[in-house]
Amino acid sequence: MCLALPARVAERVGMDHAIVDLGGVRKRISIALVPEARVGDYVIVHVGYAIGLLDPEEAQATLQLFAEMSA
Amino acid sequence: MKYVDEFRDGDLARRIGANIAHEADPSRDYRFMEFCGGHTHAIARYGVVDLLPDNLRMIHGPGCPVCVLPIGRVDMAIRLAFERDVMLCTYGDVMRVPASDGLSLMRAKARGADIRMVYSPLDALKLAGANPGREVVFFAIGFETTTPPTALAIRQAESDGLQNFSVLCSHVLTPAAITHILRSPEVQDYRTVPIDGFVGPAHVSIVIGSRPYEGFATTYRKPVVIAGFEPLDVMQAILMLVRQVNEGRAEVENEFTRAVTREGNACAQAAMGDVFEVRESFEWRGLGQVPASALKIRGDYALFDAETRFDLDYRPVADHKQCECGAILRGVKKPTECKLFGNVCTPETPMGSCMVSSEGACAAHYSYGRFRDIPVVSS
Repeated sequence: MCLALPARVAERVGMDHAIVDLGGVRKRISIALVPEARVGDYVIVHVGYAIGLLDPEEAQATLQLFAEMSA
Repeated sequence: MKYVDEFRDGDLARRIGANIAHEADPSRDYRFMEFCGGHTHAIARYGVVDLLPDNLRMIHGPGCPVCVLPIGRVDMAIRLAFERDVMLCTYGDVMRVPASDGLSLMRAKARGADIRMVYSPLDALKLAGANPGREVVFFAIGFETTTPPTALAIRQAESDGLQNFSVLCSHVLTPAAITHILRSPEVQDYRTVPIDGFVGPAHVSIVIGSRPYEGFATTYRKPVVIAGFEPLDVMQAILMLVRQVNEGRAEVENEFTRAVTREGNACAQAAMGDVFEVRESFEWRGLGQVPASALKIRGDYALFDAETRFDLDYRPVADHKQCECGAILRGVKKPTECKLFGNVCTPETPMGSCMVSSEGACAAHYSYGRFRDIPVVSS
């Protein structure tokens, strides 16, 4: 139910909408809850709305942590 | 897909599993509750349980909104469709939840009720715009992840001047449910449901932030680690919980830093606060009446509140006598301890709500874990 997926903002449409790219699938969503989203950002999409931004540096840091632990 | 595939790497998962086994103290047991159905699903689907030591058990929590939806709320939606001739829109997960008289929304649709499955509340708004002669009701369920979109849909209906759109609001609140579990006799007595810590919600926490969980760490001395919904996230969170328990700490830690901050999404919180207020009490399947655990639409938006608009009343309905969903949702029983599991009750013909959504404890175990229960016999 809380399923949400990270998708890249490909294009902003007006004030509140954007076209996102999700592994090649393009979809129009609302970004009214994440007005700071810019083209190229990854947003978390749930029921047609972006509900948050994905921080690429933090994602990298988490992956780095997994890798270091396993060394 | 970027930011998904990297977090499903099997080799890394096995290594984190080895670290958990290495750091877990063999002289004690660890019992962690994953609150969310999203985590329950990930644990079952990716076989996370197989990577955990025998003295560490995951207890499935009540964080599956479909599972905790009481029969009486679904009955309200069905009555609206049959008796008030509305076009009732809802999410796909809700369609098969068992209701009274052997009905579900799906079966009501088969009997002629106008019930539409939608992906987004925006789709319900579109249907209202395209059918001005019909009353369109969006049956809104879900935790804080799903609530802000409903709030925005109501505000859009107002700004668009839609006269035929309303919402049957059944949104529920995560922190209230966790508090209820922590105060339950099963947990407080530390006998039937010993919980050493929580894997905290992923997407709910994007919206509400990590701060609302801080009370659980300080007041109830339970560690909480917020985790993403991918298998490596869950594994890492379990390792962090084992470390907290070993070191005698009870803190809120955040594994899902790529999406969750302490403050959460202020814009989403403001939209929720504008449109909704807390209900005095709300019935949850399995947990019963839980005070201040759900939302209703504020008076300013009464025009869009289906309960007001159609003068609806809530009539509680008891679950099937042999269905153990209640005990399973509280973590008291496992799916396999229910007499109906896997015979009368399957994902195709669910008797109880935990078998409906793929995030429900019973459906997850039926789909991914039931053969693990059968011993392998060599010839």
